[in-house]
Amino acid sequence: MQKVCWLLAVLVAVGLLGWAQAGTSLVLEKPASLADVSLTVFGDSAYAPAIMRATNSKALVDHSFARISRLDEILPAGAKLWVPDATWAKAFLAVWDPNRVEDLFGGGKLVVGSWWTTGGEAEGLEALFDLYRSRYPDVLIVNATVAGGAGFVFKAVVKPRIIAGDPPDTFQLHAGLEVEGYSPEIYLRPLDDLYTIFGWDKVLPSDLLDMIRYKGHYWGVPVNIHRSNVLWYNKEIFARYDLTPPTSWDEFFAICETLKKAGVIPVIIGNAGGWEVAHLFEDILAGVLSPDEYRGLWTGETPWTHPGVARALEILKRIMEYANVDYPAHTWDTALDYFVVDKGAMHIMGDWAMGWFMAKQIDYKVGWAPVPGTKGVFVALSDTFAFPKRAANPINVLSWLEVCGSKEGQIAFNMRKGSIPARTDITPEEKAQFNPYLQSCMEDWARDAIVPSVMHGAAAPESWVVDFKDAINLFLVTKDVASTQAALMAAAQAALGK
Amino acid sequence: MKTWLFRGLLYLTLVIFAVYYLLPLYVLVITSLKSFEEVNVYKMWLPPKKLSFESFKRALFSEWGYQGLANNFKNSVMMVIPAAVFSSFLGSINGYIFTHWSFPGVNIVFILILFGMFIPYQSILIPLVQVLRFLGLFGTIPGLIITHVIYGIPITTLIFRNYYSTIPKELIEAAKIDGASFVGIYRRVILPLSLPGFAVVLIWQFTSIWNDFLFGVTIALNPDIQPVTVALNNLAGSYFVEWNVQIAGALLVAMPTLMVYLILGKYFMRGLLAGALRG
Amino acid sequence: MVLPSALAVLVFVYGFIAVTLYVSFSNWSKLVPDYTFIGATNYLRVFQNPRFLITMRNLGVFTGLFVGGSLILGFLLAVLLDRRIKAEGLFRTIYLYPLALSFIVTGVVWRWLLNPGSPQMGSTGINLLLEKMGLGFLKTGWYTDPRIGIIAVAVAAVWQMSGYVMAMYLAGLRGIPEELREAARVDGASELQIYRYVVLPLLRPITFGALIVLGHISLKIYDLVVAMTGPGPGYSCDVPAYFMWELTFRANRFGQGAVIACILLFGVSLLILPYLRYSLRREAKI
Repeated sequence: MQKVCWLLAVLVAVGLLGWAQAGTSLVLEKPASLADVSLTVFGDSAYAPAIMRATNSKALVDHSFARISRLDEILPAGAKLWVPDATWAKAFLAVWDPNRVEDLFGGGKLVVGSWWTTGGEAEGLEALFDLYRSRYPDVLIVNATVAGGAGFVFKAVVKPRIIAGDPPDTFQLHAGLEVEGYSPEIYLRPLDDLYTIFGWDKVLPSDLLDMIRYKGHYWGVPVNIHRSNVLWYNKEIFARYDLTPPTSWDEFFAICETLKKAGVIPVIIGNAGGWEVAHLFEDILAGVLSPDEYRGLWTGETPWTHPGVARALEILKRIMEYANVDYPAHTWDTALDYFVVDKGAMHIMGDWAMGWFMAKQIDYKVGWAPVPGTKGVFVALSDTFAFPKRAANPINVLSWLEVCGSKEGQIAFNMRKGSIPARTDITPEEKAQFNPYLQSCMEDWARDAIVPSVMHGAAAPESWVVDFKDAINLFLVTKDVASTQAALMAAAQAALGK
Repeated sequence: MKTWLFRGLLYLTLVIFAVYYLLPLYVLVITSLKSFEEVNVYKMWLPPKKLSFESFKRALFSEWGYQGLANNFKNSVMMVIPAAVFSSFLGSINGYIFTHWSFPGVNIVFILILFGMFIPYQSILIPLVQVLRFLGLFGTIPGLIITHVIYGIPITTLIFRNYYSTIPKELIEAAKIDGASFVGIYRRVILPLSLPGFAVVLIWQFTSIWNDFLFGVTIALNPDIQPVTVALNNLAGSYFVEWNVQIAGALLVAMPTLMVYLILGKYFMRGLLAGALRG
Repeated sequence: MVLPSALAVLVFVYGFIAVTLYVSFSNWSKLVPDYTFIGATNYLRVFQNPRFLITMRNLGVFTGLFVGGSLILGFLLAVLLDRRIKAEGLFRTIYLYPLALSFIVTGVVWRWLLNPGSPQMGSTGINLLLEKMGLGFLKTGWYTDPRIGIIAVAVAAVWQMSGYVMAMYLAGLRGIPEELREAARVDGASELQIYRYVVLPLLRPITFGALIVLGHISLKIYDLVVAMTGPGPGYSCDVPAYFMWELTFRANRFGQGAVIACILLFGVSLLILPYLRYSLRREAKI
């Protein structure tokens, strides 16, 4: 009993110092085994390996800490230990394979795969790295990022590695059915236990959890939310012609007519990436159909022969008539040059466009509204990090996921990336640090109906995404609603029939 | 009189074509010297209002979370030189064998080796990664070198075979009569005559291995060992591209191969003249 | 001594070709390899995909323009340079330097050059130059026009590789003994006839060599399309290698991706075998 009191006293005293790190330091009064310490601190001797790992990690950086070589070692009096906090310790036990003795010794690498290479995305990733390094300085982070929109190149690099059994420790994965393309039951570790331990299942909205869940399990930890259905408009042009953002497609086309007569390009589009117009189409669909009907398209409940699909295609055809004729030559961002010189008025794109506007320093003249028909609907996509089964440094991955799912991590990342945190427990003071668009986005996220984006990996597996995209790209040239609708139907059948 | 007109037209034509070849270089250079705000596809022909070397600096050195190109040049050099040299030597040996030694099926083997040139590399990425892992070479520069050597064998063999077919058979016969062995003939007869052939092959291999992206990005995931073409690709953001930095980076990456052609170009020509690229 | 090379090629080329061939008949359509044999189903699915047919047509057009254009332009430049030009070295270097660039760099710059501009912003790139030279009627939408598409890509590719063809033909022309041409002149042939009946036949081996190198680049063309145009409107710039990439690494349809690889290889073998027969027969004569 006396021993316990002493331990507790030291704990409390030093615990206050260690709040920034994931644990507290503890100096032994008398010789004890790790099992004893675990029993005293956690009430259960099973956490001994967690304590061993945490102490060894600390010891690599701070030599005052004890270096423990065996789990059953009796540690001398005066040995300084690092006791991790309870959640991390629980997570450690859940992840650790007792056959992997090497995991008890700390250090090692963390190979992080992503396609975030420059600008706000890279800054956000670096912010996560910094947070990680402050908590786990013994780990060497390897930033294995490969550029190429939507992971175009990255996927070709990571997939052969996964098949060959040599995946990066963790990698970027869109929330939703994109995970199907990674055969997660075979290659990824389900994260349900971590969701419970870290409390993510309580703090993430249920619509997002539904999106992440595949075959009954969670396969990634989300770091952010992006919104797909945003209509960006040039405030100066709108002011000049006395316009207000449209709430319906009829209003939208009326505005287009006014602008066209005035010699301004009504809608700016850039489709050189091959996906931008398909993205536009998904936003149209989300407005023409009800949220449930839209979701049903991807589960098979709503047939693609639904008249709403034809109507959406007609709307798309009409929009293209008001677009800049050189749209195939531009990616969405180079097309926005029209916006910069006030020759183009409206642009429908996900909210990463705000990052571009801010980099070009024209955000003062940018207004935003939901895509017509989608008021109250949030077409969502999310970036998550996955945990491959054959990761070489599983404990480091666990720590990484903890950082990604934490509030500090999400705030640090999203403020630089230009998206919003996935967690719902952000306080108003914390929200106020974000730019005005993101603040309004967070409000919408809390109240709107959430539907998954298809072009960004949430609603459908990638094979279907490619078919969907191909059908829309051909539609731009053939302008044939009936055959495109048939192609979309065939794509759905191919994907769902499997 | 007529010859003056003729010569005049000749030079004029040559100059017009020279402009066609140089225009893109002009656009590349002036774009790399602009700042991001000035870069604009509608003003591509205009020289920069404000000369800015910022894009070169940013391409070369550490940027937000992403390291610049400086480190990767070293990797590329370490990969390209051994790969070019080894594949050239192998090509030379193979070329010699296919020209002056006959054994049953020699032509078939040559055809088979040549056919290997045509395989699209994207389609063999997965088995390639698996085999390299099996050999413990995955994710290493030696692994990259070996891959480039193997896939360079067909073209180097082709070039050397064509080149050696111009060596008169009498020289070989004479050496054989003198009792020289296979290796001996190679050392004493073939190799000394091979210089122009090596010029062509080394330059060609240097260029194509230096410019390779696919193998580099697949085999070298760790940024520390990535060749410079992979690093160049990463200069682009995944949502939007800073063209001035991208192009500055591309020019930097192209420097070594451009230098090779500028300085060693005449050896390339001499090699061709000596018959290295006949059918 | 050829054994190590042959062995390496055997494994890394033919072993992999065999694997690819087998995969094209397998049911592999998720990340996990699945080698169940399903006959020609993948082949059927690929041929029924409208995008596939477009890419094959594009490949045909591209190959014709790229190979033909490079050969003609290269030959023309070689002929011009063969005439004892001052500063020949300078011109040669100018025509040759694009070879040093990667297709990615070429793609980036030609994407800009062939950007047609728009009615609102005015023309840019080559269109702008044409306008300023009074040749405005030659302006086209280049790669934004689905009827032209891949032709724009061919223009960039010809720019890059024609210098190589020029170098080869120049060397070849220099290798033709002057006496042959003199003899023909003495016989009363005009310069043009000399080219047709004396020079060109002697250059045939070079033409074939260039065809092989250009052909193999053309079939595998991928980097240039990625950097320059992407698939283009209505897939007018799409090529089989690009489509194969998307099928394999985005849509996870490994079986179908393998089908495209096999079709490309089959096409190659149709072209290369006659060439090799011709070349070997020629050598047998010598």
